[in-house]
Amino acid sequence: MQFLIARLFQAAIVMLCVAFIGFLVFQYIGDPVLALVGQETTVAERDALRESLGLNDPIIVQYFRYVANAIQGDFGISYSFNREVSEMIADRLPATIELVLLSGVLSLLLAVPAGIYTGIKRKGGIAQTIMALSVIGVSVPSFLLGILLILVYSVWLNWLPSFGRGDVASVLGFETSLFTLDGLRHALMPAAVLCLFQLGVILRLIRAEMLEVLRTDYIRFAWARGLPARHVYLGHALKNTLVPVVTAIGLQLSSLFAFSIITERVFQWPGMGSLLLHAIGQSDIPLLAAYLIFVGLIFTISNLLVDAIYVLIDPRIRHGAR
Amino acid sequence: MFEKIRSDFWYELLNSPVTVISSLIIGMIVIGCAFAPIFAPHTPFDPATISIMDNNLPPVWQDGADARFLLGTDLQGRDVLSAMLYGGRISLIVGLGAVLLSVLIGMAVGLLAGYFGGWTDAILMRVAEVQFAFPPILIALLFNGILKTTLPAEVFAAAAVPIMVLAIGLAGWVQFARIVRASVMVQRRQDYVTSCEAIGLPTRTIILRHITPNILGPVLVLAMLQIAVAIVTEATLSFLGLGTPLTEPSLGALIQIGSQYLFSGIWWVVIFPGTMLLVMVVAFNLVADWVRDYLNPRLR
Repeated sequence: MQFLIARLFQAAIVMLCVAFIGFLVFQYIGDPVLALVGQETTVAERDALRESLGLNDPIIVQYFRYVANAIQGDFGISYSFNREVSEMIADRLPATIELVLLSGVLSLLLAVPAGIYTGIKRKGGIAQTIMALSVIGVSVPSFLLGILLILVYSVWLNWLPSFGRGDVASVLGFETSLFTLDGLRHALMPAAVLCLFQLGVILRLIRAEMLEVLRTDYIRFAWARGLPARHVYLGHALKNTLVPVVTAIGLQLSSLFAFSIITERVFQWPGMGSLLLHAIGQSDIPLLAAYLIFVGLIFTISNLLVDAIYVLIDPRIRHGAR
Repeated sequence: MFEKIRSDFWYELLNSPVTVISSLIIGMIVIGCAFAPIFAPHTPFDPATISIMDNNLPPVWQDGADARFLLGTDLQGRDVLSAMLYGGRISLIVGLGAVLLSVLIGMAVGLLAGYFGGWTDAILMRVAEVQFAFPPILIALLFNGILKTTLPAEVFAAAAVPIMVLAIGLAGWVQFARIVRASVMVQRRQDYVTSCEAIGLPTRTIILRHITPNILGPVLVLAMLQIAVAIVTEATLSFLGLGTPLTEPSLGALIQIGSQYLFSGIWWVVIFPGTMLLVMVVAFNLVADWVRDYLNPRLR
């Protein structure tokens, strides 16, 4: 419990730092007054506006006002779309989440069995092939992979669509393309690209951990007790590989978000990543600052979740013996 | 570590054909790119020497090709092979420069944190931990993105290479700091450090002259792996339009240019720079793997 409270405290500090960077970007890059008024406004009017916006207050007061607004979901108004930034993020978020979830689940479903298998049958032909493929999966830059897939499946074979989300259906209030055939056809290539890199990383990690654990005494003892292979591998060995694997999966979740920027660009997927690139292209500073804070929040929460899972799966942390 | 390099280095190297081939490939690419003005058949970014009449020519082995352009030309009639050599030069400069910067920051932080411990360690490593939670590519992307929105377009374009070195270098120092700190904490307890302290050597001398040489092995391995990562990051940023300007494209920007014309059947502007990028990355990774095994025979 103490461990979690310490972590929570640390997460709050991280969020305040991220918010501070977001605030600096928001407040000092570009002049908010110039963004609001036209050419004809007099200096006096500008000063009045500056005062009423609170831009003459001490920086610390402005910072806390920014944070207070951000907590209420108010990130200001986007320069280039002239809409509430929070609304735009809410619009784009489902597309990114569905992409991240789909590829995350896909990569776990493939990586865990493959990692266990290659860890057990280290010298086997299939295992060696899987490992060789995983090297390629880790090495190919994801934007290049995306372009190659488009070239083969959209341009040459004309099997799959190369951009957009396709038909979306409304499920539980969210627009998602995972429940229509057309939507799935659109999601297949982006999800595969996003999945492949994670797949390689997680697979190699699980394999390395399995190799490590399988050498330990308690596994030899389990064999000596005559336990069936399934029990030794899954019941004894796999359990002890989980702590580092959970850490890695937590980190991978944040890198899925990061890499979704690239995938979304390649496949013109209308998610948060495309929004960020648009914000950079248009110098849309409120949008950029909001994205920064939002991504910081997602990462901090996912790290906290990882810590909470630690407490659940690792009795050494639960009982305070670290 | 250095003793060992003299005795069995060549023997071990020649025993691994994959590594020899990878090193040769890296050597060829580095020389080809470094002397691009000599090797490149054309000057691709000089408007005086390119002709729009030569645009979209396929590579020589296809119908309708022109023998002057081995790997074809792009939409503006620029020679793809020459553009790759010039572009690879930018990729290599950014890759090496960024890793060098990461090494310098990471070693400084790691040495200080590992040697002094206590508060210095707690503060430095907490900062590192926070940064470690964010994927480096995202940090580099946001750093570049914020600078791109702040700086005037001409300034950003002119300073694109140093800015990318800075962005990728700042995004990658944490791993170096962690690995250096761990090694320093081991070295710090060794007798030779204690005796250095006993004879009253200045701390700076102990750290730089005595500890540093003993921790270079793992730093070298990580640096080689990070070169590949930095090259990919640079290519990705340029592909996203945040890196080098399109008038002077790196490999990533070349691929981006090519990707816009995929549907017209022009595949060579994407495939050749893409292959070069991939070959470079895989070669650096394979050599780094070998160096790691060589420095750490326990893993073999």
